[in-house]
Amino acid sequence: MQIINQMKLEFLSVPENEGFARVAVSAFAVQLDPTLDVLADIKTAVSEAVTNAIVHGYPNRLGMVQISAVLKSDGLLEISVSDQGTGIPDIQKAMQPFFTTQPEKERSGMGFPVMQTFMDLVQVESTPGQGTVVRMEKRLRRA
Amino acid sequence: MDYERRRDTVIVRLSGELDHCSAQSIRRELDGLISDQGIKRLILDLKEMSFMDSSGIGVILGRYRVMAQRGGVVAVTNMNAHVERIFILSGMNQIIKII
Repeated sequence: MQIINQMKLEFLSVPENEGFARVAVSAFAVQLDPTLDVLADIKTAVSEAVTNAIVHGYPNRLGMVQISAVLKSDGLLEISVSDQGTGIPDIQKAMQPFFTTQPEKERSGMGFPVMQTFMDLVQVESTPGQGTVVRMEKRLRRA
Repeated sequence: MDYERRRDTVIVRLSGELDHCSAQSIRRELDGLISDQGIKRLILDLKEMSFMDSSGIGVILGRYRVMAQRGGVVAVTNMNAHVERIFILSGMNQIIKII
């Protein structure tokens, strides 16, 4: 499938960038004219992935978070959110609903389940000590 | 956010975005409003809220725990369809009334 547009973003892992990241990806996706509901799904999933990178990727230090997004001619949006932080020792466990490593901070443990609900595909690759990549796909329109 | 108190009930109108970034200040404000033990019902009006992700679930769940400890309740009103999906996904509708 042909790539019709592509973008890359890199920003510091401060919470103020959560809003920036989801709005930027949503603005990028809007060129394929998705519905408002689909845009809301994308904003929410990006917000969850970026929050995870900031909170869990870099719990005790600041680092960089990268987002890349690709729009394909069949109407598919591919997003990847990466960090070079702590990594996830057990991805399966981390993706379970209500699983959280920080219950005292009132985390809901619903980040990955929300991403999985709102996106068509969510894949996680992680190496402890090296970082995490979350890849997501959303169909914006039929081919 | 603005709020009104009627006897044992406080109604809070949340506006703007509720994410991890804004969660801490919203949590602090809500805890200030319900610090009076006489408040038994906390109603969150989400009509003016433009965005919420799972960090918002954490905030609401945390306030539910505070209120439940004193035998109080939390309810949510004017939820849009998107927030309602997150709400139901996390099973919040089983402990928090949607009005």
